[in-house]
Amino acid sequence: MNLFFHLGRYFILIKRVFSKPEKLSVYMRQIIHEIDNIGISSLPIIAIISFFMGGVITIQAAFGFTSPIIPLYALGFTTRESMLLEFSPTIVCLILAGKIGSNIASEIGSMRITEQIDALEIMGINSAGYLILPKIAAGILILPFLIAISMFLGIFGGYVMGIATGACSSYEFIFGIQAFFEPWKLWYSFSKVITFAFLITSISSYFGYYTHGGALEVGKSSTAAVVYSSILILIFNFILTQLFFT
Amino acid sequence: MIEIKNISKSFGENKVIDDVSFVFEQGKTNLIIGESGSGKTTIMKLMVGLHEIDSGEILYDGLNFPALGVKEKQEVRKKIGMLFQGGALFDSQTLEENIQFPLDMFTTMSKEEKLERVNFCLEKVQLTNKNKLYPGELSGGMKKRAALARAIANSPQYLFCDEPNSGLDPKTSIVIDNLIQSLTHEFNITTIVITHDMNSVVEIGQKILYIYKGKHWWTGNSQEILKTTNPELVDFVFASGFMKEVFNVVKNK
Repeated sequence: MNLFFHLGRYFILIKRVFSKPEKLSVYMRQIIHEIDNIGISSLPIIAIISFFMGGVITIQAAFGFTSPIIPLYALGFTTRESMLLEFSPTIVCLILAGKIGSNIASEIGSMRITEQIDALEIMGINSAGYLILPKIAAGILILPFLIAISMFLGIFGGYVMGIATGACSSYEFIFGIQAFFEPWKLWYSFSKVITFAFLITSISSYFGYYTHGGALEVGKSSTAAVVYSSILILIFNFILTQLFFT
Repeated sequence: MIEIKNISKSFGENKVIDDVSFVFEQGKTNLIIGESGSGKTTIMKLMVGLHEIDSGEILYDGLNFPALGVKEKQEVRKKIGMLFQGGALFDSQTLEENIQFPLDMFTTMSKEEKLERVNFCLEKVQLTNKNKLYPGELSGGMKKRAALARAIANSPQYLFCDEPNSGLDPKTSIVIDNLIQSLTHEFNITTIVITHDMNSVVEIGQKILYIYKGKHWWTGNSQEILKTTNPELVDFVFASGFMKEVFNVVKNK
């Protein structure tokens, strides 16, 4: 029953979010602000994590590939496939659900408990649209770029670690990352990213928007936003993988 | 003018507003007073549509607000300015951006015109040249004044003030009261003030609605309230020793 209550309220909120903006220029300004807030500020953490994870994938693969029939270029291939298919689109989005999700939920939740959302409503502004639409739009616009950077840095990290540890040569790694490349897998990855961007921003906004009480409840909303965004990312990851691979 | 007719509201089993009717007149400071938990803020939230009424009518110059559609409600709300108890200024914006916000949303003013209007509003609330300060950098009284400036930025026809003096020292309270009254008269606004500050009641109460346990209990003005014999209102108004002394002076006149 509780699930249906939340689902119903979530979809009603989303309907309000996508109603016609009062003034497009103000919304556009907000989107740019949110791109900076959501996207650009997340770049350093994504860069560090991706670079080192790419390196670790390569080292682990080199350690595991002991059979002489497995060519060394398989290291580059494995790193590319891992980064493109799963690590960058899913794991990085899970990390972003923690960073962006809690940020959005606490920001909107604080606005709710300090009556700032009521103030917007009384001004005659669709508060759901004004606060949430720019976040969703910014997330959908900027996350694919962040994930593309993550993919690149992950593979680059694998290349650097592979060479540095002597696991393979530069030629073998580069040959590996080009081998058996299927472009549709990029579509699959970026479809996931766009879906996850929508889930993270909308679910976190939902929990923030319906915060009641005080600082304690803002904290609870942030936690719920991260937990539910993460769970739904995993569920949709499974669904999209099934759709694309069958 | 805003008229409320027989409005009622319950939260679950708890009836918080019970058949209240009142006329809030234009160009006057209309006060809603009552003890904490008597339903004052609920009446205000019902009037601006933050809560839905169970029954009754809320007429904004004859327009039944609760019966309007979403778009029509938004149109009415554009004519409303509201001063919240905590100010409700947008933390991430400077005072200038806060006050300019309704102008950005609903007007086609040029940048220069908006800035002129912002400066005019800041001057009205005695915050000249504070444009670039953030709400976090302001004192409680300054926040209230800044919120008042935002509330009047779009030239509202109706001004709601929810406990504008709460948490302020007596001197700042008087400044806020005088501001509200002067703005009401200058711009001929229908002003509704929720308060339990007796000084405000005496200073600016041109029309007073006393709410007791969610019911319309008494109506009058600042002079009449000092002479009231209504037992619940006497208990409320003269709860403090200071007001009792005022009462005795008035009675002996």
